[in-house]
Amino acid sequence: MFFTSEIFIIFLAAVFVGYYTVFRRWQWQFLLAANFVFYALSDAGNLVYIAAAIVTTYFASRRMARLNAELESWAAANPGAAKAETRERRAAVKAKRRVWLVLCLIVNLSALAVVKYAGFAIATANGVRAAFGAEPFQMIDFVLPMGISFFTFQSLGYIIDAYRGKAAKGESFFRLAAFVSFFPQLIQGPISRYSDLSGTLFAPHAFSPEDFREGLFRALCGFFKKLVVADRLFAAIRALTADPAEYPGVYVLVAMIAYAVTLYCDFTGGIDIAIGVARALGVRVAENFNRPFYSVSIADYWRRWHITMGTWFRDYLFYPLSLSKPTQKLLKLTKKTFGPKLGMRVPVYISTAFVWFATGLWHGASWNFIAWGVANGLVIIISQELSPVFAVVTKRFGLGSRTWWTAFRVVRTFWLMSFLRSFDIYANVGATFRAYVSVFSGFGASVARLSAEGLAALGLYTADYVVVGVSVALMALGGHLIHARGFRVSNLPFAGRFALFAAVCLAIVVFGAYGFGYDANQFIYNRF
Amino acid sequence: MIVRRIAAWIAASALSVGAFLAIQNLLVPKYMSGIYEGALIGEYYAEPRGHDIVFIGDCEVYETVSPVTLWEEYGITSYIRGGPQQLIWHSYYLLKDALKYEKPRVAVFNILSMQYDEPQSEAYNRLNLDGMRLSPEKLEAASVGAMPGESALSYAFPILRFHDRWSELTDDDFTYYASRRHVSVNGYVMRADIKPVGRIPEGRKLADYSFGDKAMEYLDKMRELCEENGVELMLMKAPTIWPHWYDQWEEQTLAYAEKYGLIYVNLLADAEKAGIDFATDTYDAGLHTNVYGAEKCASYLGQIMRDSYGLPDRRGEPETAALWAGKTDYYNKLKSVQEKEFAETGKISTLVLGE
Amino acid sequence: MDELQTIINILLRLHPDEDFENNAALIDGSVLDSFDILSIIAEINDEFGVSIPPNEIIPENFNSAAALADLVHRLDD
Repeated sequence: MFFTSEIFIIFLAAVFVGYYTVFRRWQWQFLLAANFVFYALSDAGNLVYIAAAIVTTYFASRRMARLNAELESWAAANPGAAKAETRERRAAVKAKRRVWLVLCLIVNLSALAVVKYAGFAIATANGVRAAFGAEPFQMIDFVLPMGISFFTFQSLGYIIDAYRGKAAKGESFFRLAAFVSFFPQLIQGPISRYSDLSGTLFAPHAFSPEDFREGLFRALCGFFKKLVVADRLFAAIRALTADPAEYPGVYVLVAMIAYAVTLYCDFTGGIDIAIGVARALGVRVAENFNRPFYSVSIADYWRRWHITMGTWFRDYLFYPLSLSKPTQKLLKLTKKTFGPKLGMRVPVYISTAFVWFATGLWHGASWNFIAWGVANGLVIIISQELSPVFAVVTKRFGLGSRTWWTAFRVVRTFWLMSFLRSFDIYANVGATFRAYVSVFSGFGASVARLSAEGLAALGLYTADYVVVGVSVALMALGGHLIHARGFRVSNLPFAGRFALFAAVCLAIVVFGAYGFGYDANQFIYNRF
Repeated sequence: MIVRRIAAWIAASALSVGAFLAIQNLLVPKYMSGIYEGALIGEYYAEPRGHDIVFIGDCEVYETVSPVTLWEEYGITSYIRGGPQQLIWHSYYLLKDALKYEKPRVAVFNILSMQYDEPQSEAYNRLNLDGMRLSPEKLEAASVGAMPGESALSYAFPILRFHDRWSELTDDDFTYYASRRHVSVNGYVMRADIKPVGRIPEGRKLADYSFGDKAMEYLDKMRELCEENGVELMLMKAPTIWPHWYDQWEEQTLAYAEKYGLIYVNLLADAEKAGIDFATDTYDAGLHTNVYGAEKCASYLGQIMRDSYGLPDRRGEPETAALWAGKTDYYNKLKSVQEKEFAETGKISTLVLGE
Repeated sequence: MDELQTIINILLRLHPDEDFENNAALIDGSVLDSFDILSIIAEINDEFGVSIPPNEIIPENFNSAAALADLVHRLDD
């Protein structure tokens, strides 16, 4: 089910009515049922995957809890036991719990790997085999179960937290299910931690006009971003990136800017809908974005963009990997070989590279995404290496607080990220590099062409660009009002609130890029 | 306090709905220039009711019969609820819709559309249905005839289909915002130009000549609807030479008409009897008749219908006569304007008087 | 107190210009990033022989030198 579909609106209306009608004690169970209906309406054939994730995670966590309970009761029964024996027992229990952790990880990650990456792996293998003149493997095509990247990560986060003793002991099956399958988060995130979400998810919620209003307005703004801006620009981006040879030079830069806007509007729009819907249900979900276009460096960017993914990879992959025994051994070795300063960096950089490889892979099953991830990792490592140099320069020239220096860094980061993002929009890695090269080689000619032709040839009219421009300006204004001036919809009087809601709805209906024949506005009329 | 709240909500909702409808009305196409045919369906509702005959069917039906001739020669009142490439399910629902407003003695259906068993085109769906008043019939017709990607919701709220026109609004959208002008005379679209029939193309060989299940289903429904409402159903075929009317189709139609005791007039077969001359009576080399052909067909059909159904001669009724005098006047004026244009320039440019 | 000073020295080696004696928002204020944290953990391991597990990498433990000292103290048992 897409957010921007008629059935989702109807589903939402039904959920809101039901949620605030049932007994408050049963609200989260109602939500669990709603999650199930949502999934069944969207992807009934693949229900088994999310069910399996929940069941395996529950089972593993129960086993871990049982082992802990046994240890506790033994300790209570034997208060005078020797320290050595206690330590031995603890270690044994820890080892057994780790076995359950690993099993759960393997099962869930394998499911994700097969379903998401089997086709990709086979295609790559076939490419290699073709080079050697061997027969290609049989292609298997899986339809990706809805939300598998998200619910898998929520489950894995839960079991890892359970292993670390962080999550509550032995949660009920249904609470776990409600957490893993929470429908607003299934489509684009955010990725939640059980300890963060459980409080607000399972608490009873009286109907709060303010929460409902704020949540609904936020979701409405999400629809606006998606339908009016993101969906409108897709056509232009498709045209620009189908063949880099056709649109080289400055057109590549135009595509980058358009894609930056589109991706921002589509992604933050979807998150607005997710967070807004949750808020309207009284559930507070973590933010996923923090004004990413104000980033001053790529590291800063990744603390502002898709925040919950970044923290998930950091807490559940990067730290464990960097602090693991093999890495510590490697660290001792590199410290001895390269000296303490340099040796310190080698294992960290290896972890970083691996985590970014995984991040790229998580985004999608193609070399484009992997290249994108690795490129991001490389840029981060390089900027980490250069940071002492920058620190010296900044200090020497007193640049720290200068506005123009911050502006420079913001613009630099914007272009850097836009270049990296190009892997998303060109057909393959080769095409992306050709596009990069053409920025420099074909620039002059393309500028001449752009000033002659304008952007009309891309399938959008001038009116469309005006709509995008006005919308972006409105978004910037809205963002400023909300963040800098603390504007809230609830601050307006009744008439003002109603008018604002109605105006945004009307704007979406009139200016949204949807509907039959969105591409073909003309009627085809024959003499019949 | 609560009462004030509720009152505020009602007022605000009413205002919002009003604004929504106002903007929707601005954005829907008016069909007052260029594609006039889109305005045909909507014109029906303003007409005084009580027609003796209602015609339904595709463009053949609104070019083949002149309601003014039916009036002048027989005193029969009629309305043509035809539309471009109107498919049989459109016709069925348009008839059902009309029957909510009046009970004609006869419903005449042009059977050319029996050859179509599937929705054909989104544009023609809209031209035939957008003019209907919002009703269950309109939504059923929309969902039955929907092309892939169409939704019945966009017929209930046409703004969902035409919202993009905000960047293409024309003067017409403002001029005709509140009211439209008539583009037809009781559903008849006047063409006084002449282009004689040239070569008559051969019909292509078909894989299957039988009328489709869906088409037959709706023909049955149409017949039953007429029976329930005490309306006589009559079938007709216009005297056009293309699209090719196959013998097999003719047989099936004759068989159906015989089975249910319906009158079926094939004006193509009866062309000579009706006095139709393919050199002068068509404006596009035989695809449609022009006004001269339409008057002859009306004359021919009128006699059959008066005799078979005992239709009264209303020329003695003062109100009706006055109404039709006005229509006849307009009709003749338009005809002479078009004849002059055709004589002087070889083509006509005025389809509606007063533009 | 010895622990606290050692920790402050570790921090100063990473960021010589920061005031680690008084700053209590090292994570919240983005003074330390992930790379710094790993360096700190490695150095603490070297100096005190204490292994900081991943689930202790939370803002509460790293926001100030004092918090780090408490953590080390706690893990040493």
